[in-house]
Amino acid sequence: MSAVSTPPRPVRRTRRLPSFVPWAVLAGSVVVGVLLSLLSGELTPTGAILFGAVVYAIAITAISASVEGGRWARDRLATTLVTGAFLIATIPLISLVALVATRGSLRFGWRFLNDDMVGIFGAMTEGGVYHAIIGTVYVTGIAAIVAIPLGILTAVYLVEYAQPGPLKRAITVLVDVMTGIPSIVAGLFAYTVFVIFVGPQYKSALIGGVALALLMTPVVVRSVEEMLRLVPNELREAAYALGVPKWLTIVKVVLRTAIAGITTGIMISIARVIGETAPLLVTVGLVNNVNFDAFDGRIATLPVYVFRQYAQGGVSVDRAWAAALTLIIIVMLLNLVARLVSKFFSPKGVR
Amino acid sequence: MSKRIDVSDLNVYYGDFLAVEGVTMAMEARSVTALIGPSGCGKSTFLRTLNRMHEVIPGARVEGKAVMDGVDLYGKGVDPVEVRRQVGMVFQRPNPFPTMSIADNVLAGVKLNNRRMPRALAQETIEKALVGANLWNEVKDRLERPGSSLSGGQQQRLCIARAIAVEPQVLLMDEPCSALDPISTLAIEDLMNELKNDYTIVIVTHNMQQAARVSDRTGFFNIAGTGKPGHLIEMDDTSVMFSSPSEKATEDYISGRFG
Ligand SMILES: Nc1ncnc2c1ncn2[C@@H]1O[C@H](COP(=O)(O)OP(=O)(O)OP(=O)(O)O)[C@@H](O)[C@H]1O
Ligand SMILES: [Mg+2]
Repeated sequence: MSAVSTPPRPVRRTRRLPSFVPWAVLAGSVVVGVLLSLLSGELTPTGAILFGAVVYAIAITAISASVEGGRWARDRLATTLVTGAFLIATIPLISLVALVATRGSLRFGWRFLNDDMVGIFGAMTEGGVYHAIIGTVYVTGIAAIVAIPLGILTAVYLVEYAQPGPLKRAITVLVDVMTGIPSIVAGLFAYTVFVIFVGPQYKSALIGGVALALLMTPVVVRSVEEMLRLVPNELREAAYALGVPKWLTIVKVVLRTAIAGITTGIMISIARVIGETAPLLVTVGLVNNVNFDAFDGRIATLPVYVFRQYAQGGVSVDRAWAAALTLIIIVMLLNLVARLVSKFFSPKGVR
Repeated sequence: MSKRIDVSDLNVYYGDFLAVEGVTMAMEARSVTALIGPSGCGKSTFLRTLNRMHEVIPGARVEGKAVMDGVDLYGKGVDPVEVRRQVGMVFQRPNPFPTMSIADNVLAGVKLNNRRMPRALAQETIEKALVGANLWNEVKDRLERPGSSLSGGQQQRLCIARAIAVEPQVLLMDEPCSALDPISTLAIEDLMNELKNDYTIVIVTHNMQQAARVSDRTGFFNIAGTGKPGHLIEMDDTSVMFSSPSEKATEDYISGRFG
């Protein structure tokens, strides 16, 4: 009753901290952090940042609480924690890229990209990854040609056609299990299959492609499945109500609506397998020369190349880093393509 | 070219749940049939059985007959896709295709079916359908913008345009005006009046005045309680239903003395 009878209070304006205050506090905290780091023994960047962060979190919350009130103080604290978590998460990524870029740039260049390893031995610093790039493109390409249609069709079956029941459950479980297959097992499996059906003499990029496809398919299934489930049922019904057959509805409405997410998922799956080393070590091995035939003969690939060069030690290590840089650049280019595709195809004007 | 639908002893299920029971009614050609009744009594469910949209829900099934043009829609060998090409539908919630432009949304029935249409005819179809849905003036300068960039009410009218662009025999409308302002509502009602010269229209509405204004016949659905199936209580000419219905429940509902 009293709640009704008391007149509503006007909306209060809270006093807010000026926008420079967080930065000022941050600067102060860093100074305090440096001092604390000195006090605790010796001055290290890690120590300074760590102490500084703790001091900042406490200081900004306390200041905010006294000026702005409890709700804003909690907001400041949460913002600090979330931003901190984000920064910590980016540390490995940035330091990895920076490390590979600095070490790799020693050998990396146009010559490196256009040269193979024929006639390179000992302490020679020439040689490159042209043959390994070709091999990686072949092997990953074969894997993609097999895994992408297979994965998309499986996902379409699971989401659009499968009735709830043992078959659907079995497929889902198998896909989950396949996601967890160690990559070396996939390599041995592909190797054995080809030994049995083609003979022990046969070596080619195809075997590596099959091994990678085995690893890639479940990833594609999983991500496409998620994307298809996000397409609202109303859109399917709208198409049905116009007399559109089910398969056309799937192709032109469901897949079309989900294309951006599907592309991203496929790119993730490619990135997942392009750096696989173990299965390629046992299936395609390594050669020094360019092999343009995907169906005959051993072929070099970037991950195996990195592995071998690093294992050789000496000046070869620089080549390993440069090849690793090449691999990262390829993955980043693929990512860029995926982003462009999803930007171009994603539904526009959705609120 | 419009067709009548005769429904007899229709039972509609969601899995084991009987949602609508024992409906027998006729929807006359070239007329508007209104379905009214409290929320949850199965109006949408019943409406969706008329173009076999009900069965796209897993586990959903239908017993009984719905005869259009001498053919039982649920008979052996009847292709639901064919049924839906003749019986169009506007849904309770607007659902334009987000990946398509406004123009493509109107032509969706053609484009999604992989049919070709000469440019001039396509333009004509788009304009005619959008004018019919009272949307033309608002969108004629931005036909290439995405359909989802429209307001909720505009989206609903876009969906109406999409449904009439394929010129079905029968048009089912599930509360088509629940998201519309009075002016657009009036335009849609005018449209229904016009369309009924050529089409059979079945409309679900919660708006008594609307049912009284647009429909020739009205059917009243009711439900005995939660978990019970919905029934068709009575069906008659709209003027009779709104002046002297034979059932007490109908009178109570129409006059707002329900529950
Ligand atoms: N997909 C579904 N699965 C199971 N039950 C459903 C489903 N859709 C509707 N029902 C049930 O069927 C009954 C009728 O629902 P329906 O949507 O036809 O009501 P309605 O008369 O259209 O109501 P409203 O006026 O609120 O739109 C309700 O009890 C509802 O819970
Ligand atoms: Mg409804």
